[in-house]
Amino acid sequence: MQMETITVNKSFKSEEYFINMGPQHPATHGVLRLLLTIDGEIIKKVEPDLGYIHRSIEKMCERDSYQQIVHLTDRMDYLSSHINNEAVCLAVENALQLEIPDRVKVIRTIIGELTRIASHTLWWGVMGMDVGALTTYFYGFRDRELINDIFEETCGARLTMNYNIPGGLMFDIHPNFVKRTKEFIAHFKTKLPEYDSLLTGNIIFQKRMKGVGILSKEDAISYGASGPVGRGSGYSCDVRKHHPYSALDKVTFNETLRQEGDSFARYQVRIQEMWESMSIIEQLIDNIPEGEHQVATNAVIKLPKGEFYQKVETARGELGVYIISTGTKSPYRLKFRSPGFSNLSLLNHIAVGGKIGDLVATMATLDLVIPDIDR
Amino acid sequence: MIRFFSITKNIHEWLFNLMPESVASVVEMILIAVVYLLIFAVAGLYLVLLERRVAAWFQLRIGPNRVGYQGLLQTMADALKLVSKELTGTEKADKFLYNLAPYFVIISSLMALSVFPFTQDFQAFDINIGLLFLIAISSIGVIGILLGGWSSNNKFALIGAMRSGVQTISYELSVGLSLLTMVLLTGSLQLSEIVEVQKGGWLIVQGHIPAVIAFMIYMIAGTAETNRAPFDLVEAESELGAGFHTEYSGMKFAYFFLAEFINMFIIAAIATTVFFGAWLSPFGITESIPILGVVWFLGKTLILVFLMMWFRWTFPRLRIDQLLTLEWKYLLPINLINIVVMAFVVWLKITI
Amino acid sequence: MSYFSDIYSGIKTLLTGMSVTGKYFLHARKGAITQQYPDNRATLKMFDRFRGEVVMPHDENNEHQCTGCQKCELACPNGSIEIIWDRGIDETTGKKKKKIDQHIYHLGMCTMCGLCIEACPTDAIVWAQNFENSVYDRTKLTKVLNQPGSKVKAGIED
Repeated sequence: MQMETITVNKSFKSEEYFINMGPQHPATHGVLRLLLTIDGEIIKKVEPDLGYIHRSIEKMCERDSYQQIVHLTDRMDYLSSHINNEAVCLAVENALQLEIPDRVKVIRTIIGELTRIASHTLWWGVMGMDVGALTTYFYGFRDRELINDIFEETCGARLTMNYNIPGGLMFDIHPNFVKRTKEFIAHFKTKLPEYDSLLTGNIIFQKRMKGVGILSKEDAISYGASGPVGRGSGYSCDVRKHHPYSALDKVTFNETLRQEGDSFARYQVRIQEMWESMSIIEQLIDNIPEGEHQVATNAVIKLPKGEFYQKVETARGELGVYIISTGTKSPYRLKFRSPGFSNLSLLNHIAVGGKIGDLVATMATLDLVIPDIDR
Repeated sequence: MIRFFSITKNIHEWLFNLMPESVASVVEMILIAVVYLLIFAVAGLYLVLLERRVAAWFQLRIGPNRVGYQGLLQTMADALKLVSKELTGTEKADKFLYNLAPYFVIISSLMALSVFPFTQDFQAFDINIGLLFLIAISSIGVIGILLGGWSSNNKFALIGAMRSGVQTISYELSVGLSLLTMVLLTGSLQLSEIVEVQKGGWLIVQGHIPAVIAFMIYMIAGTAETNRAPFDLVEAESELGAGFHTEYSGMKFAYFFLAEFINMFIIAAIATTVFFGAWLSPFGITESIPILGVVWFLGKTLILVFLMMWFRWTFPRLRIDQLLTLEWKYLLPINLINIVVMAFVVWLKITI
Repeated sequence: MSYFSDIYSGIKTLLTGMSVTGKYFLHARKGAITQQYPDNRATLKMFDRFRGEVVMPHDENNEHQCTGCQKCELACPNGSIEIIWDRGIDETTGKKKKKIDQHIYHLGMCTMCGLCIEACPTDAIVWAQNFENSVYDRTKLTKVLNQPGSKVKAGIED
C-alpha cells in the first residue's frame, strides 16, 4: 500500500536536477562555479563555489614590503586597479601620518573616477552581452579604450597600472593628460545617451530587468552589499560621500540612490554614476594644483605598531584594507574586504525562483569580478 | 529572350529520348536535387559570410578580410576545417539519434527550397499546396533539434532543445496564420498562383493595413522560427553555452549551423513570395527580361535577411516566459483579428 | 487600452535601438575601431611610458650605468631580477669596488610594476616599449641585461 502512494506521488512530482554553471561558462565572467539546483527552468538553489583563481594575495602581502603590496592589489579587482592601489596607499599614508600634496590627491581622484567610468563601460557592454545584445559589447569597449589610452600615456599600463606608491604617485601626469581627459569627457557625453537609446529604453531589456532579482534594503544591509548593488536597493553606502578620501571632499556630487532594488535599479545606478563621475572629473580637471607628485618616504617603510583600516569606493563597492602591523617592514596580517565577495553572497537570495535567464541577468547586474572575490 | 523554361525543356527532352521514361524522371529528379544542393550549400556559406560582415559593420569592426579577396573565401575555409575535424560525442549518448539529428535539420531546410519560384519557370516543384508544404516542412527541423538536444546526454543541450520545442510549436501558429491572412487575398496555396495574383500589385500593397500587420507578425514569428536572436533561447550562449548543439563537432555541427542560415533564407524567401511579389519587378520595369527575375527575387530576399540580421545585432534576448507571452498574448490575438479584418477587406473589395 | 499603448511604445523603443545600430552600420567604412594588428606594425607606436620590458641602455663605448647596488633586486616583488656581482679593483682610484658580472632579468616572472626602475639611483635600467615578447622557449625569457664585456660608465657612484 505504501509503495503505491510513493509511486503515485513520484509520477506527479517534477524532479530537480543539478547543473554546473562554470568554471568555464560564458556568463560567469571568469572562473566562478555555480552549482545550480533547477526544476525545469526555475532556479531552486544557487551555490557559488570559489577558489579557482585563488592566488593567496593576502598571504603574499605578509611577505612583501608596503611598496610591493600595492602592485598585488592591481590583480584583485583588475577593473578598478587604480582605486585598489589608492586604498593601500591611503592606509599606509594614514598610518605614517604623511601630509600628501593636494596635487596628488586631485590626480588620484581624477584617475579613480576615470577608472570607475572605464569599469562601468565594460560592465555595460558585458551586461548587454549577457542578456543577448551582442553589439553593446563593442560600443562599451570603444569608449573604454579611450580611457585606457589616457592611462597608458600617463601610467604606462592599461589595466594593472600600479601608478600609486605610498607617499604619492610614481611619476607626474603626462602633459597630454588634461587635454585627453577633456576630449574623452566631450566624446563620452555624446555616447552615453546612445547607451540609453540602444539598451536602457529597449522594451525587451526592460522586461528582462524590471522586477527581477529584487533585493530589499534590509537584506542589502544584512548581507553587506555595497556599491551600486546596495545603492540600487536604497541603501546609502557610498564611501565617497560618507567618508571622503583624497580630493573627494572638495567636489560636489550626488549619491545615486534607487529604491526598487531590482536588476533595473542596479543598472540605472551604474549609468547614473557614469554621469556623476564625469561631473567630478570636470570639477577637478581644470584646476589641478601645482606641486610635488610625491613626498619622500623611507626606502623601507615601517608602519608603527597597531591596526589600520582604510576603505574606498571601487567601481564595485566598498573595498576595505585592514592592516595589522608589528612595526616591521611588512604587515603582520593584511585583510582585504572585497566588495565582490559580499555581493556574490546574496546571489542565492535574489536568484531563487527566477529562470535561468534571470540568473544570468541578475549576475550581470552584480558586476562580479572573480579575482576580486577569490584574491 | 532567355527563359529558364527553354533550357530545362531541352534537357528534359534529351533525357527522355535517351532512356526509358521511369529512369529518365528519376535521373531528372536527382539532377535537380544535386543542382539545388550545390547552389544552396554555397549560398548558405555566403550567407554566413554576409552575416559576419554585417555584424562587423554594426559593431564598428571590419569583419573577416584575410582569406581570399576581402575575405570572400573565409567561410569556405571554415567549412573545409569543419569537414576535416574529428567528430566527437558524449559517451552515453543515444548514438543513433545523435547521428540522425543533424540530417533532420539540414534535409528539412533544403527540401523547403524546392518550391520557391525564383523566376518565371525556375521552380523545381510547383505543387498546389506549396505554402502548406513550406509550413509543414519548416516545422520538421525542430524534431532534429529536439533529438540532438535529448540524445547528446547533456543537460544544457536538453534545456536548449526543450526551449526550442516550446518556441517552434508556439510560433508555428503565428507564421501559419499570418500567411493564411494573405491566402485570403490570393485564393490559392500554389506559389506560382500567388505570384500570378501579384502581377497587378504586390500583396503588401493590395492588402494595405492588414497585410502590413500580417507582414510584421510574420517577420517576428519567422525570426523566432529560425531560432535567431532576439529569440535564440535555444543556443543562448550566455545561459546555456551552446545550447542544443553543445556536444556536436565538425560537420555535424556545420549542418546545424548551415541549416540555421538556410532557414533564415527560407523565411525571407517566403515573405518575398507572399508579400513582395517574388520575382516580379516593381511596376513591371524589367518584365521583358524574365531572367532578371532571379535578381529581383534574391534582392528582395536579401533585404529581408538583412532586416533579420539587424534584429539580431540590436536586440537583447527574451526570456522563455516572455517569449510565450509575446506569442500567446500579443501575436496570436492580433493575428486572429487581422484575419477577420482581411476577410472583410476581401469581401467588401476594398483592396488596392 | 494599455494593451495597445504597450505595443506602440514597445515597437517605438525597438526602432530607437535599431536606429542606433543602423547609424553605425551606415558609417561602418570609416568607423572601425579595431586595428589590423600585424599589418599596422610600421605605424603602431606605443606611448613613451609604456612598460614593455626592462632594458639596460648601453652607450657607444659599451658602458652602462649599473653600479650593482642591488636596489632593484630588493625592490622587485617577484624576484625577477638577480644580480651576480663581484668586487674588482678600480683602475683610476685603485680601490676595491663592487661591479656587476651579470644583471639577470626574468621577463617571465615580471609583473611590470615599475618598482625596480623607481628604485634605481643611477637610471641604469629603463622601460623599453616593445611588447612582442612571445618566444617558443621559456628559457629565452631569462635575459642578461648587461652586454658582454660592458663596464660601468666612469663617474657613476652609488
